[in-house]
Amino acid sequence: MSKLIEVKDLNIYYGDFLAVEDVTMTIEPKSVTALIGPSGCGKSTFLRSLNRMHEVIPGAYVTGDVTMDGENLYGRYVDPVSVRRRIGMVFQRPNPFPTMSIKENVLAGVKLNNRRLNKSDSEELVESSLRGANLWEEVKDRLDKPGSSLSGGQQQRLCIARTIAVKPEVVLMDEPCSALDPISTLAIEDLMTDLKDDYTIVIVTHNMQQAARVSDRTGFFNIAGTGKPGKLIEFDDTEKIFSNPSNKATEDYVSGRFG
Amino acid sequence: MSTTAQTPAQTSSKPVRRPGDRIFAGLSTASGILILTTLVGVAGFLLWQAWPAITADPSEVRGGQGLLYYIGPLVYGTLVAAVIALLIAFPLSIGIALFISHYAPRRLAQALGYIVDLLAAVPSVVFGLWGVSVIGPMMLGIQAWSVDNLAFLPFIGGPASPKSMLVTGTVLAIMILPIMTAVNREVFLQTPRLHEEASLALGATRWEMIQQAVIPFGRSGVISGAMLGLGRALGETMAVAIILSISARYTPIITSPANPGTIAADIALQFPEAPTGPPLATLVASGLVLFCVTLIVNMTARWIVSRRAEFSGAN
Ligand SMILES: Nc1ncnc2c1ncn2[C@@H]1O[C@H](COP(=O)(O)OP(=O)(O)OP(=O)(O)O)[C@@H](O)[C@H]1O
Ligand SMILES: [Mg+2]
Repeated sequence: MSKLIEVKDLNIYYGDFLAVEDVTMTIEPKSVTALIGPSGCGKSTFLRSLNRMHEVIPGAYVTGDVTMDGENLYGRYVDPVSVRRRIGMVFQRPNPFPTMSIKENVLAGVKLNNRRLNKSDSEELVESSLRGANLWEEVKDRLDKPGSSLSGGQQQRLCIARTIAVKPEVVLMDEPCSALDPISTLAIEDLMTDLKDDYTIVIVTHNMQQAARVSDRTGFFNIAGTGKPGKLIEFDDTEKIFSNPSNKATEDYVSGRFG
Repeated sequence: MSTTAQTPAQTSSKPVRRPGDRIFAGLSTASGILILTTLVGVAGFLLWQAWPAITADPSEVRGGQGLLYYIGPLVYGTLVAAVIALLIAFPLSIGIALFISHYAPRRLAQALGYIVDLLAAVPSVVFGLWGVSVIGPMMLGIQAWSVDNLAFLPFIGGPASPKSMLVTGTVLAIMILPIMTAVNREVFLQTPRLHEEASLALGATRWEMIQQAVIPFGRSGVISGAMLGLGRALGETMAVAIILSISARYTPIITSPANPGTIAADIALQFPEAPTGPPLATLVASGLVLFCVTLIVNMTARWIVSRRAEFSGAN
């Protein structure tokens, strides 16, 4: 059920401001694609345009094409809601619903997709999703406690469980580990390796080692200066990007000689 | 280093308290005490003034048959009018607030917000006059229709009148709508963007996002707003006094002119002619009852809000 995403000549705007310019890339199914680059170069912006979350910001829009297995996600008759159901997203800051219990959080997306779910099915789904997110053992005795009662790392894994519970075809993650300790980070990295058997994964990260460890392909974004649009500088196999990049700026960035 | 020099002094004495903290703590404690004493003072005053009616012989009390006989229907009428008002205003205020906070384009939303705030400033006499001259006649048709077609419902009955409980409740609803809408709009606007986006990213439509993220987050604020509105509806005097003429005891019917009136309106209507002694004390006693009813309503609301405090999102 994982899908191939092709991005062509994508320009992303916030009102008049062109934030990301002319991106073309192919995201392979059943793989992890990492996006790296300096702060403000448009990685989050680009990621959010893949599941049409970009346009929820007033005045924001894109031009160009994003297709998933040949279907244009920005087609005229495509409902952004159905795109988001198929392309899940994990945010930089953990955002479980504070008014819901752990269990309700996991089921939040499923309730939207298919309201009738009997008790045993939903219990099964809660368990399998939480196991999938490596959280089951820690929370199985307190599923009815509020989601906000968990630690930051646990909350982030709860958000991952919530995302995979709806069985999306693609999972987007925006710096999912930036607020986490090394152990939770490792847990989430392991999780990504597991998840890519079933899902297409795109992850934004500032952590070079993480990109090198988990991803199959890496894209490097950069900006020429403040107010200028971000651009995709180089996109290649992760190994190549980190050992022998073809662009000087990429080499400087991955080797830490940036700026 | 200066910090090391200070450490022993700090550990030996009490924790350092800054003057700002102390002043603020003092101020807030003082205002808390002030509110409490005012409350107790008002209750004490009412009780003192009402005492003659409580102890008097039933025949001396207004109505001539004892305090409960007099106040009972008024309490009932007060509650009926306020509940009708709340039933109408609650869903409306949520709808309008959601429209302003999440649906209307920004310019329109701002304009609407101002209009709602302006409405809150209209004096209640104006609403009362408007109620008798416009709302009452306007609702006559629908009331007459209900009397003809829905008379099997226990609270519908003729003759349809522009001076009915239903009209009163509707006017009260319009009066409390602005404050409730303003409160709801504020709490809905405060929903964290993060939670709204979490919901949208799961594939929620806008309405589903509102149900999933906005309304649960604003729940306690919405209840507080409703209680504010209810408090105002319970205590509203002029509008009710203008519309209703008290002419019945307990009646379930809200479409006919026969009604038990409300406490506040009754006080306003009776006070000019109220002499001294037990008859005056009777009115004060009904005021005391109104005070208690409002207090109970507010405390119930607090209790409802606090029951799910750990799920409130306030952390
Ligand atoms: N809501 C917004 N409205 C207007 N401009 C925005 C908005 N969000 C981001 N931008 C601008 O778009 C550009 C790209 O931002 P983006 O958040 O995509 O960067 P990023 O690469 O994710 O940075 P970081 O690594 O710090 O998260 C920046 O210049 C930023 O100021
Ligand atoms: Mg970002």
